[in-house]
Amino acid sequence: MSQDQTEQEWPLFEVFIRSKQGVSHVHAGSLHAADARMALENARDVYTRRNEGCSLWVVPSAAVTASSPEEKGAFFEPSESKIYRHPTFYDVPDDVECL
Amino acid sequence: MDSKQLEAFDSHVAGEGKVEPKDWMPDNYRQTLIRQISQHAHSEIIGMQPEGNWISRAPSLRRKMILLAKVQDEAGHGLYLYSAAETLGVSRGEMDQALLSGKAKYSSIFNYPTLTWADAVAIGWLVDGAAITNQIPLCRCSYGPYARAMVRVCKEEAFHQRQGFEGMMALAKGTSEQKAMAQGALDRWWWPSIAMFGPPDDDSPHSAQSMAWKIKRFSNDELRQKFIDMAVIQAQALGLEIPDPDLKLNEETGHWQTGPIDWDEFWAVVKGKGPCNRQRMTHRRKAHDEGAWVREAAMAFANKQQQKSEKAAA
Repeated sequence: MSQDQTEQEWPLFEVFIRSKQGVSHVHAGSLHAADARMALENARDVYTRRNEGCSLWVVPSAAVTASSPEEKGAFFEPSESKIYRHPTFYDVPDDVECL
Repeated sequence: MDSKQLEAFDSHVAGEGKVEPKDWMPDNYRQTLIRQISQHAHSEIIGMQPEGNWISRAPSLRRKMILLAKVQDEAGHGLYLYSAAETLGVSRGEMDQALLSGKAKYSSIFNYPTLTWADAVAIGWLVDGAAITNQIPLCRCSYGPYARAMVRVCKEEAFHQRQGFEGMMALAKGTSEQKAMAQGALDRWWWPSIAMFGPPDDDSPHSAQSMAWKIKRFSNDELRQKFIDMAVIQAQALGLEIPDPDLKLNEETGHWQTGPIDWDEFWAVVKGKGPCNRQRMTHRRKAHDEGAWVREAAMAFANKQQQKSEKAAA
């Protein structure tokens, strides 16, 4: 790290935007800020300059626990093998309505 | 490097699979992207200067508001891109330092001056027009965070190009002095704009790998041609003349052919000998240094607030 020793890098925050009432917050990107309040204001200026949102979340990136891509197969296997969880698994006659 | 992993990666990407930050990727892929995305970010940040030069002297309040919004967008685009690059493991501080020390490059087009108001709008029309041509295919880049940042950037930049064309049109349809001003700006920005796509294909050593990795979708020359065909028609609509006596429509291909591009000038500007290289860097360093106390004070305040709340909780 070649930055000035005196300068501590501002922590990274992940930004989530709710585009309108009724839908979930969606990840938009990240930014650096000294604290959560500043992260919120910067997120407004960086990610919502054109009415993209009505609500913002900022989360310290360090607080995110993520599943690991290497274990993707084993991790998601329990749902992959259970095709009977999908409606298309079942054979029903075509002429019976509302199924 | 595990050759099996590399093989799996190559076939995943060749089949239009996307790559996300924590996925395994070849080191070259990572380094290529870090270089490209950070250079792209630096270009947005340095790119604020030539137009910023005209904010206080815009010819009307309307033009001033537009220009302010545009320059603010460039800052935003730089930040989207820095944040995409950071997902590859490079820190913001490292990228800042690479720019400030002159180690990292930015688009050499921004080393040209904006001598008149017409230059400020010509940038919107030509430089943003060229940038969009370049960036639209990047929305399908194999690296997810870069592609997503590009989608946002392209959405916003449509306004940049249109406001530039509108500004050029106001001048081109104005008094003879205004029209001469517009023509002067086109004369100055035409060649740098078409050189912006980078060296010709046979002199672009990294392109083949970037194409194979689906970072790049079209070659420099293909993108340049796309832009030229578009810009020639637009210049005609403005009633302005492209400063190239050799420009002609190739009836066979349907494409506009230009005279030779002065690549010596391009490389000279890349290597620091453009009209404004020194000015751009001096300004950037000054802004960085003068902002240091703000960054430090904000961090000190945040640390103190955190200590206070920890104490209160204890």
